[in-house]
Amino acid sequence: MTLKTEAELAEAIVAANGPLRIQGGGTRDIGAPVDGAILSTAGLSGITLYEPGALTLVARAGTPLAKVEALLASEGQRLAFEPGDMRPLLGTKGASTIGGVIATNASGPRRIQVGAARDFCLGVRFVDGQGQVLKNGGRVMKNVTGYDLVKLMTGSWGTLGVLTEVSLKVLAIPETEATLICDDAKAKTAVASMAAALGSPFDVTGAALMNGRTMIRVEGLAQSVEYRAKALQAGVLKGFDIINGDASAALWTDLRDVKPFASQGGAVWRISVKPSDGPTLVRELSGFAHDAIYDWGGGLIWLRVPDEGDAGAQMIRKELSHIGGHATLVRASAGTRAAVPVFHPDPAPVATLTQGLRAKFDPRGILNHGLMGA
Amino acid sequence: MQMPTPDATILARKDQIVKRLQDVLPDGAVVHDPFETRAYECDALTAYKCPPLCAVLPASTAEVSAVMRVCHEEGVPVVPRGAGTSLAGGALPTSDSVILGVARLNDVLETDFANRIIRVQSGRTNLSVTGAVEEEGFFYAPDPSSQLACAIAGNIAMNSGGAHCLKYGVTTNNLMGVTMVMADGEVIEIGGAHLDAGGLDLLGLICGSEGQLGIVTEATLRILAKPEGARPVLVGFDSNEVAGHCVSDIIKSGILPVAIEFMDRPCIRATEAFAGAGYPDCEALLIIEVEGSDAEIDDQLSRITQIARAHNPVELRESTSAEESAKIWLGRKSAFGAMGQINDYMCLDGTIPVSELPLVLRRIGEMSKEYGLDVGNVFHAGDGNMHPLILFDANKPGDLEKCEAFGADILKLCVEVGGCLTGEHGVGVEKRDLMVSQYNQTDLEIQLAVKDVFDPNWLLNPAKVFPLSTTETRRAS
Repeated sequence: MTLKTEAELAEAIVAANGPLRIQGGGTRDIGAPVDGAILSTAGLSGITLYEPGALTLVARAGTPLAKVEALLASEGQRLAFEPGDMRPLLGTKGASTIGGVIATNASGPRRIQVGAARDFCLGVRFVDGQGQVLKNGGRVMKNVTGYDLVKLMTGSWGTLGVLTEVSLKVLAIPETEATLICDDAKAKTAVASMAAALGSPFDVTGAALMNGRTMIRVEGLAQSVEYRAKALQAGVLKGFDIINGDASAALWTDLRDVKPFASQGGAVWRISVKPSDGPTLVRELSGFAHDAIYDWGGGLIWLRVPDEGDAGAQMIRKELSHIGGHATLVRASAGTRAAVPVFHPDPAPVATLTQGLRAKFDPRGILNHGLMGA
Repeated sequence: MQMPTPDATILARKDQIVKRLQDVLPDGAVVHDPFETRAYECDALTAYKCPPLCAVLPASTAEVSAVMRVCHEEGVPVVPRGAGTSLAGGALPTSDSVILGVARLNDVLETDFANRIIRVQSGRTNLSVTGAVEEEGFFYAPDPSSQLACAIAGNIAMNSGGAHCLKYGVTTNNLMGVTMVMADGEVIEIGGAHLDAGGLDLLGLICGSEGQLGIVTEATLRILAKPEGARPVLVGFDSNEVAGHCVSDIIKSGILPVAIEFMDRPCIRATEAFAGAGYPDCEALLIIEVEGSDAEIDDQLSRITQIARAHNPVELRESTSAEESAKIWLGRKSAFGAMGQINDYMCLDGTIPVSELPLVLRRIGEMSKEYGLDVGNVFHAGDGNMHPLILFDANKPGDLEKCEAFGADILKLCVEVGGCLTGEHGVGVEKRDLMVSQYNQTDLEIQLAVKDVFDPNWLLNPAKVFPLSTTETRRAS
């Protein structure tokens, strides 16, 4: 079903007599396989408001991400949370939609400094499981009027409601960027370098370890970027080389899209931990895992493992139960995804709250049912 | 302002309830003497007062849990209280409620500079969080004006902001995890030292829920490295409209100041008379602050002043030293005190799209004449968060009601132009009845349903946030 308006979408949900599989562009095919008729938001397209001077953009959920980014770029602005293109990694096709970005809280390397998609979403309109049209938040940057359902909807993967419109805070594209790099780094040393850089006053907007290369990014006015890169190089990042402009940007696009894993087989986990725990966790799993990419100063690990058995789910989550954090199986065969909880199971009291919320938002349990687990 | 009729059966059981609370808490942690409970009769919204049944001051998560278990079993409403600095009446008790104060929960539990986090008990004051990490060159970013006194618990409940949110965000953007006691006493952990949620973002939901979903006893907060330096520029204009355009142009240029503060003429004059900061006598004044090294600041300020000059300012004063910076900020920081010296005032908190600034200021000026009450505007212009200060005389019969009606009209105007009722203070009791101007019944109902999940008996801060008529049956059940 492709629908053109919010009202049509609401009617379709009211009329649904079975489970629905909610789809934007279908590029972020993550989660337990969902049975059901596809309900696409692709027809709900269009940017309804853009005020560069207020750093605000409002778009219907089905608006292609590329269209949003192109309009923003024409005014020298962007989505600062750096949503990735998951198509190469997941082998999906189609065009990512802004609703899909928000529904999945898709956030890239800059999350460590500016925040996630959830921090840039100012307001939502959505249709719940009973076909009710709802709104929360608005289009202003500070808003504490009532409960923040915007955060709840962001990253709820279409399981609480179907987004129809989102309001976003946008930011300026900086004049330039530079990356400090150091090759042949061990994970522990790399994470220590990242911590030192992130703990400096030099406004680091990316800190990662990919293909054995430690990468630290600074962005801003040209003079300032040069000053900060050199200050880092003279201080906590001695021995690092500086890469500027487009060459720097290319590194971060590759990281954002997890490119090194796109051409290699196996299952892929996305694990969020306390940054200093990253290398220890990966070492514990080294007998099983193929390789790891570290983002967010060490706190985000993309871990490639053999796609067999439970893809290491039990082992990974056992480790996480000691140190804290969560793991999502972003890529695996349909069989593995059906057999293993793809999203990190909540501890019992939290799971009760989650189930309670689902029962309120979608009492019939028809929206992406089971995608995030129970 | 209406509050629910107190439950007579609870009032009648006061001794028994106090006894049960005393049984689970150390000596001196239950305040029940009618002279002493008056200390908890209001928060910073002093127009409304009501002493609680009693107040409890637990010192640990386990004690909070024990209190909640008792109150759950006794069916007694609980009103959580941080430091009592709410301007929205978020901590206003009812006579049949127990105030749960977090003042004794003030320890730092962990500082971790490599991972840039601090874990604190929630009664700790905002400024003392920064105090615990500043020697290592870090700070906690959200900076509400009350930061010397206000507690992290209240910051989380109201999702507090401050002057520097334009760059650093508000509480929700800097909160990574909580330990929370549920209405029935169960203790849950959400988030932690890692980023983002593995499932639904309950942390985002809890932040800003005004103490209605649970009692946050511990929090993991993001700390940031202090910038090398900061310096403001002061720019005066002869029209609000031009000042508004200047704000918009600065933002559009790609520079992200840490703060853009705005004051209008009534506020400038009151402030000058009070603090003598040497502000120009003009229609609108902007204070724009940027951060970085000296050279970075010079570069940014030169770009900003270039933009400002294109708008023909009547005054442009770039700070070149710490003393000059302090002088520029002096007036802004004393604005509330200055207005308070003239008369009683009510501080509003509506937020508007920045582009609507000139229209909204003009309409406020017109309404000020219609109501016969003076109003000064001082606010965070970069994010459109307004703070109109309406002057009234609390001793003059009818003045408070007139002020409230004026305030309500301003907030409705904020909603009409695409904004919201409250940007950083919270709804509390103050704006409860205006919620219907921003949200329709369906929008409100889903929020009530969320509370049903966390607090099925509606015992946590039940008379706040939503119009009483919409919550009546739930509170009665």
